[in-house]
Amino acid sequence: MATDLNASKTTAAVGDADTAAVGEINKYGFHTETKAIFKARKGVDAEIVNQISDMKDEPEWMRKFRLDALKIFESKPMPKWGGSIDIDFQDIYYYLKPTEEQGKTWDDVPQEIKDTFEKLGIPEAEKKFLAGVKAQFESEVVYGSLKEELGEQGVIFTDTDTAVREHSDLLREYFATIIPPHDNKFAALNSAVWSGGSFIYIPKGVKVDFPLQAYFRINAENMGQFERTLIIVDEGAEIHYVEGCTAPMYTTESLHSAVVEVICKRNSRCRYTTIQNWANNIYNLVTKRAVAYQDAFMDWVDGNLGSRLTMKYPAVYLMEPGARGEILSIAFASGGQHQDAGAKIVHCAPNTTGQIISKSISKNGGRASYRGLVRVENGAKGAKSSVVCDALILDAESQSDTYPYIEVAEQDVTIGHEASVSRIGEEQLFYLTSRGLSEAEASTLIVNGFIEPLVKELPMEYAVEMNRLIQLQMEGSVG
Amino acid sequence: MTETLRITNLHVSVEGKPILHGVNLKMTRGETHALMGPNGSGKSTLGMAIMGHPKYEVTQGAITLNDANILEMAPNERARAGLFMAFQRPVAIPGVKMADFLRHATTNVRNPERKEGEDLIPMREFRKELRSRMEQLSIDPEFARRYVNDGFSGGEMKRAEILQLAMLQPKFAILDETDSGLDADAVRLASLSIADIGGADMGLLIITHHDKLLEHNHPDYTHVMLGGRIVETGNGVELAKELHDHGYDRIRGAYPDAAANHEAMEKPNQTEIAS
Ligand SMILES: Nc1ncnc2c1ncn2[C@@H]1O[C@H](COP(=O)(O)OP(=O)(O)O)[C@@H](O)[C@H]1O
Ligand SMILES: [Mg+2]
Repeated sequence: MATDLNASKTTAAVGDADTAAVGEINKYGFHTETKAIFKARKGVDAEIVNQISDMKDEPEWMRKFRLDALKIFESKPMPKWGGSIDIDFQDIYYYLKPTEEQGKTWDDVPQEIKDTFEKLGIPEAEKKFLAGVKAQFESEVVYGSLKEELGEQGVIFTDTDTAVREHSDLLREYFATIIPPHDNKFAALNSAVWSGGSFIYIPKGVKVDFPLQAYFRINAENMGQFERTLIIVDEGAEIHYVEGCTAPMYTTESLHSAVVEVICKRNSRCRYTTIQNWANNIYNLVTKRAVAYQDAFMDWVDGNLGSRLTMKYPAVYLMEPGARGEILSIAFASGGQHQDAGAKIVHCAPNTTGQIISKSISKNGGRASYRGLVRVENGAKGAKSSVVCDALILDAESQSDTYPYIEVAEQDVTIGHEASVSRIGEEQLFYLTSRGLSEAEASTLIVNGFIEPLVKELPMEYAVEMNRLIQLQMEGSVG
Repeated sequence: MTETLRITNLHVSVEGKPILHGVNLKMTRGETHALMGPNGSGKSTLGMAIMGHPKYEVTQGAITLNDANILEMAPNERARAGLFMAFQRPVAIPGVKMADFLRHATTNVRNPERKEGEDLIPMREFRKELRSRMEQLSIDPEFARRYVNDGFSGGEMKRAEILQLAMLQPKFAILDETDSGLDADAVRLASLSIADIGGADMGLLIITHHDKLLEHNHPDYTHVMLGGRIVETGNGVELAKELHDHGYDRIRGAYPDAAANHEAMEKPNQTEIAS
């Protein structure tokens, strides 16, 4: 296209971000100098979209998909519910390619990127899962190699860009079938400019017995992240996918808008775990949806910290009898943050089971909203669903609200809904402080206790990180 | 040095309503005092005020531990100074494991100067100690992994309070109806446990309606509270037995002013009081 790629190649495109970030970096303090090779200009239009497609050397169908999605994005109004969104879409970078090649081995990974991982506290997980780790650095996966045994079993675990090239038939069969571009404005935007994310295929009957992990982060001012993840769990297969997120703090707006699609075929099992801790200025608008076929079990474990506004409602569509879907969602909203998080379960078939557990904490003027939908379609006899949402409010300035929607088009169903809102208990605080705990220590314990149902579902290193993040939040040193 | 907890002319209000009307009490470390009196006379209120519960407002009077003014201290400072109360109705804290909570508590009480974020007692060392304490008190080791008071039976709750007493080894401890809701065997066990974990070395203020908890912890003095005042102090064992056997009618008759006060307090307009 019009832009001379070689010309932009030599400019240290991230330099402006480096200076902007000084001083206001969060406790994780990671902001390593990255040498971006190519950074598209700000804004989104057909030219940029074409450019991205060119850069990726994509097949024509994907280019068309992107351009169609762009039109949908442009035609769709902003959502009228959720949080207030103040984004200038033309003031955002949509694509940045950090290094020319994907790291083949750990040795090939540039030192500065390793340094960043170090600061992220990744090494523990890194050592253990070195071979399985996918890390999205800026817009592309810079390091990725696959455990050999997985490869031998026919498991595909790669970044989505590579999958477009190397597994195009498989990818194309499912890509955007669960979340089409017209689903919502942000899904359309993601479809137009997406980059990176994971593509996973687990063949029939293969059970992956350790969590596959990916780390994402944003590291350039005004840099949107639009990763796109697609997971296909074939019949009888099992997988646990984990993504973790921490982000540095910037002073200008930033946008993260991912799309995650999961297909759970008959009798399969998928758990998708997310712990995200975004910088205070980031809009985190993510669409996550899974379909579960006969007797399959899908669950989302979703932890949201930080960000200016998060809107995220992981969904499970229960397509065939016996399918089960669970969503465990936790949101922590601190000052200047609005977590509009929730869940969605749709019963499309008889004898399907759904469960939503939502926990939110708000502090220092933060706002946590639960927004959830349970829908039972006509004919989904014997569907069972339960929704439990608990909100913990830590002080008088903070806020919590719930928007539970239940739509039932069938008689023979069982649906339970419980909601509780509590202020952090004066009695609990007193009990703990009367045993020698400082007030901050006591609140931290209470909050950690409150989210314990989530934490105990996490792999060890994430549980540790989660507790550490909560502690930082409680000390007020983050966000 | 003899260590002394001294309560002087203590007046306490709850939500603006006066409950204690000038309580005087002096305890020396190593002594056991029983505190008895009909329900609603203010026994728990006295304990709460000593521990610094924010709802219990001291409107007059003083509480000192040796020379230190307790009233200026936050609850956690009081705990670190050596005060403890086993609560009548301990509150549940879902998701917080007994062991984690106790490790924080024990560390802080043993290192009163500890700042937040500084090291806790090493896990191994702490576990070992906790386990042996639990064994001593015939508590199931599984208990350490349960959430604080969450779903505990009445008996388990009281035993958890005694376990905390054992771990924290305070200078002065208030035991608020640590025998209520327990069967005779459990009360005997509680009484033995308290003696066993060194109650004799503490200053104990045992709030009770019975004399069973006192069986292995003979009170040096027994105080009777009525209408927010200590109206009588007598020989520990004898007076406790009298009240246990015959109730508070004699006391009511002997102190009509306090009894009237008590009646007035007993007719609260709120019905849902959690005392
Ligand atoms: N937390 C509280 N909130 C409101 N009223 C209270 C509270 N605690 C105590 N009271 C009132 O103070 C009085 C004394 O109660 P309490 O100290 O619990 O008596 P006791 O322990 O002797 O049974 C009662 O009238 C009770 O209603
Ligand atoms: Mg009482």
